Amino acid sequence: MKSAFVVILRRDLKIAFRRTSELANPLLFFLIVASLFPLALSPDAAQLRNVGAGVLWVAALLSSLLALEGLFRADADDGSLEQLMLSPVPVAVMALAKVTAHWLVTVVPLILLMPVLAYSFYLPLEVLPVMAFALLLATPTLSVLVALGAALTVSLRRGGSIIGLLVLPLTAPLLIFGTRAADLSSHGEPAAGPLYLLAALAVFAVALGPIAIAAALKVGLD
Amino acid sequence: MPLPRWFHVLGSPPYVYRLADVCRPWIGWLALLLLVVGAFAGLVLAPPDYQMGDSFRIIYVHVPAAYLGTRLYLLLAIAAAVGFIWRIKLAHAVAASVAPLGAAFVIVAMATGAIWGKPMWGTYWQWGDARLVSWLVQLFLYLGYMALRASFEDRDQADRVSAILAVVGIVNVPIIYYSVEWWTTLHQGPTIMKFDRPSITVDMLIPLLMMIAGFVLCFVWLLLNRLQGEIVERERDARWLQQLATEPGK
Amino acid sequence: MTTHGAVLRADGVAIWRGGRCLFEGLDFTLGPGRLALLVGPNGAGKTTLLRVLAGLAEPTSGSVTWDGIPVGSLPPERRGTIAYRGHLDGLKRDLTVFENLRFHAALWGGTGEWEVLHELKLEGNAHMRARHLSAGQRRRAALATLRLVSTPMWILDEPMTNLDSDGRATIREWVSQHLSFGGSAVIATHQPDELARPGALVIEL
Repeated sequence: MKSAFVVILRRDLKIAFRRTSELANPLLFFLIVASLFPLALSPDAAQLRNVGAGVLWVAALLSSLLALEGLFRADADDGSLEQLMLSPVPVAVMALAKVTAHWLVTVVPLILLMPVLAYSFYLPLEVLPVMAFALLLATPTLSVLVALGAALTVSLRRGGSIIGLLVLPLTAPLLIFGTRAADLSSHGEPAAGPLYLLAALAVFAVALGPIAIAAALKVGLD
Repeated sequence: MPLPRWFHVLGSPPYVYRLADVCRPWIGWLALLLLVVGAFAGLVLAPPDYQMGDSFRIIYVHVPAAYLGTRLYLLLAIAAAVGFIWRIKLAHAVAASVAPLGAAFVIVAMATGAIWGKPMWGTYWQWGDARLVSWLVQLFLYLGYMALRASFEDRDQADRVSAILAVVGIVNVPIIYYSVEWWTTLHQGPTIMKFDRPSITVDMLIPLLMMIAGFVLCFVWLLLNRLQGEIVERERDARWLQQLATEPGK
Repeated sequence: MTTHGAVLRADGVAIWRGGRCLFEGLDFTLGPGRLALLVGPNGAGKTTLLRVLAGLAEPTSGSVTWDGIPVGSLPPERRGTIAYRGHLDGLKRDLTVFENLRFHAALWGGTGEWEVLHELKLEGNAHMRARHLSAGQRRRAALATLRLVSTPMWILDEPMTNLDSDGRATIREWVSQHLSFGGSAVIATHQPDELARPGALVIEL
């Protein structure tokens, strides 16, 4: 029997690809948010180069928030979440499978799109792979945190508005280490330090996060 | 898991309510005494600092507020965790009472910091100061807890959901503090604003300790007040409360 | 079907929601082959009680145990012994009926999707997305999984809603067979006579 993780992952991927119109939304949001900054600041290359990494990280953060805040709501609304919670699958495994599916579908394209935008912000070419890699390491933690916010607010009608307040302060370290990695590589220095920190946070979050998510879902469905 | 008897006794709302009633006046007066004496000693008696003149005196409010504001979150998280694991409603009541007080102290710390900073370094706010930024994040953590709690109609659900958030928050606090600290050391701008403790002499230290003690007792007094309010609201229909209300002299 | 003699037991269950006491002092024991019918007006707390019995919600006081283990803390391996069907159908709208059944079977360990679809007259709709089904068809699809995976305990919240007389007859038949094989069930219903049988426990809220 295929592992439950894979079964749930495939189901969520299947559903995501049948709602193609919704797939693109977080990506478009990312594009638009990033594009607003040159308009708001100035087209000056030096200035954009300075703020580019930070802008893209914030945009990625906000897009993840958008993509994942409804992670559990659809399942809660049609009753499939309670069935999953009553099934022989540990809730933490189910939560991790769902987060992974969403990460694959909405965040990975974002990571692929990011170098294009980074280039438009005049960031030097050497920085692009480092930024992409840093995002790759940071987004699992980010996804788990946003999923936790989604789980805590699953039973709230307008839970979406509060998730930002709950989750974004916790993402400060990701932002700090991520932009630091970009900064280092733009000066030609090795960015291993912050990347290791991001990796450590990812391991920590992926190992422990689903447990907190499971607890939150159990309380939320009461 | 069998719990010691005092644990159960402390978890009983009528007991705690009455205990709070008894303790409150003592704590309140002691706090007031310490605050008045400490403030007088600090504001009037202590000599002006040779570096900063009189404006340093704001530390008598700033330091205790910061001290409490940052540490109360740990108390909140522990209370919420106890309430969640052992299902003790009173522990959740404590956490709910601590949150607004913690937020208030952090705001006072930030405000007094700003008032201090302006004449000294020319600016109310400085992103480059690790402590200020981490206090800001701390404030968001308190507000997040309070906002999440407020979004739920069922109080039990509100208690337990926000308890999970509090525990996740406290685990993250060291990580956040460390990363913010690190970030500020990287971005040394031309004006480095640091709330360095002025070199403390004994006649500055004693009032400061008195103020810290006074603030702590003041917090306990406020907490007992709020806690009693929480208990009354939660146990609205309970018999012991109605008996209390009809007791002569109340 | 595993009939290991597991017993559902409620001890002093009281449920308060939103500051209001729905009921208190509920005690009962339900052994293999027994049926409990839950009756009462709307809003009396039938749905909440069923969710508590299934382990989805916590009672304010008292305990519910299944085979001696509190139902809210059943380890995942044991959770496959209770089937709960509430008001929501639990079908993903973007998956077909067949895919929904397959998914359920993959997680809970069951087979025989086509036989079940045939019994409920859903084979024609098997490859339709759940969003295109009528309410009655969705209800039948939601109940189909009861036959797909054999579970000793069925907890059903008004299962006959939206079903036509054929559907109702099929479900009645299923409940009968389930009980005769040693399974047990707690069913909330507005028409207890439809499912009543000798020896059934009636819980009135």
